[in-house]
Amino acid sequence: MPCQESATCVRDRGSGVSEVKVYVPSALRSYTGQKDEVEAGGSTLQELLRELDERYPGFRFRIIDEQDSIRPHIKIFINHDQARELSAALRLEDEVSILLALSGGA
Amino acid sequence: MEPPMSKSDKSNKEPSPAENNHDPKTATGKLSLLIATRKGAFFLRGGKNRRKWKLSDPIFLGHMVHHIVQDPRDPKSILMACRTGHLGPTVFRSNYLGKTWVEAQTPPAFPKAPEGETGRVVDHVFWLTPGHASEPGVWYAGSSPQGLFRSEDGGANWEGVSGFNDHPMREAWTGGAGDGTPDGPKMHSILIDPRDPDHMYIGMSSGGVFESTNRGVDWKPLNKGSVSVSSPVPDPEYGHDPHSVKLHPLKPDRLYQQNHCGIYRMDREEGVWARIGDNMPKDVGDIGFPMVLHPREPDTAWVFPMDGTEVWPRTSPDGRPAAYVTHDAGESWKRQDKGLPKKKAWMTVKRQAMTSDSHEPVGLYFGTTNGEVWASTNEGKKWECLARNLPHVYAIEVAEYLK
Repeated sequence: MPCQESATCVRDRGSGVSEVKVYVPSALRSYTGQKDEVEAGGSTLQELLRELDERYPGFRFRIIDEQDSIRPHIKIFINHDQARELSAALRLEDEVSILLALSGGA
Repeated sequence: MEPPMSKSDKSNKEPSPAENNHDPKTATGKLSLLIATRKGAFFLRGGKNRRKWKLSDPIFLGHMVHHIVQDPRDPKSILMACRTGHLGPTVFRSNYLGKTWVEAQTPPAFPKAPEGETGRVVDHVFWLTPGHASEPGVWYAGSSPQGLFRSEDGGANWEGVSGFNDHPMREAWTGGAGDGTPDGPKMHSILIDPRDPDHMYIGMSSGGVFESTNRGVDWKPLNKGSVSVSSPVPDPEYGHDPHSVKLHPLKPDRLYQQNHCGIYRMDREEGVWARIGDNMPKDVGDIGFPMVLHPREPDTAWVFPMDGTEVWPRTSPDGRPAAYVTHDAGESWKRQDKGLPKKKAWMTVKRQAMTSDSHEPVGLYFGTTNGEVWASTNEGKKWECLARNLPHVYAIEVAEYLK
């Protein structure tokens, strides 16, 4: 079935790389031209964030530290499951949400 | 690049204005106070007579801005270190006096640790220092936890200074995560000798004062004579808590520090910190965060004492804020509180939140954790409040435009 271009579209590129919808929190929209949703490809969270960083330089380091850990006050969900590692796999029709934890500071 | 200067060469060479990293010329033009706060940056722009001030709108509102510093080699350029409650640390550069900002392509970060090992993470960039006058584009940054970083392209790309960050003694020098300020141990007071770009000092809370004579390749502790409360060892070699370390550009072998344990001066030929805070009034004590030097008088310095008794309130002693000035390198001190609240004012002035300009007479400025900015345009003789209701002030620096 051909993929339809839409906000929820997930395309299989035939090489294990999926293009998924990514929800962008307000604190990161200065990088995405104020878009709250973007699409990017990757078979893992690592690959997805690498692509986003190429497109939006600086994006990744604000949420992933130099040891490849998700920063303490950032949460990343793949669909409804919280991802703890960048090796988390992405599959067709997954949706990635980058969220600001409630502990961001006074 | 010129070959490194030997120590003997350095000690025989007086700084010239062209080499001087802190130009001692008297400024006469307009100036701006670059105010870094817990919730964004603000500029207070003053006319050349420093009578009228205009507060900018917030810049990067909501960002935790730790330091904003003008580049004296390129006065339209400013670097800013910040993070947010959620987002990691970064550095922004403005080439247009703060009108526009560009983020560093490679912000200060520690190397990725090998698989199975725990690597360090920069929590925030705490300190920014322009490099030597002869090295345009070179900047240094100090981080929390303690790390030293250098940029050679005006702050766009940063690399760790391995001579410190990977030094086999670094962990011992700096202690653990508990050996630091409540919001993390810090590297600060990165000082460049105006005679020699290879000669540097750093201050660390915790850690102490350290010196490198080879551009950061190696480091030695420089704490003899200063008190440390974190070790039962008498006169320990390291583990001290300097809050603010200063080097006078006209007398680079004269160092001052406001330490967690008093106010000190070191003349390098002596090599020992002398506790000049012993000459402060006993009911005020010699505990505080900032220390400011007169730009043209190496014997003149200011401190802003805080209460270091019992549980360390870190507020103005007895609720009566005042600066103290010395004109004789700490042999005596004079209280300067005219214009400041006479009582019931529990101010805290952090280590980066007090500074001077280089006008004549010198202007002094400090910011408080309750969001006030105070100024004296006559070297502390009288103070006035320039701004209230700002967020918690972390740092104030002056941007001057020399004519």
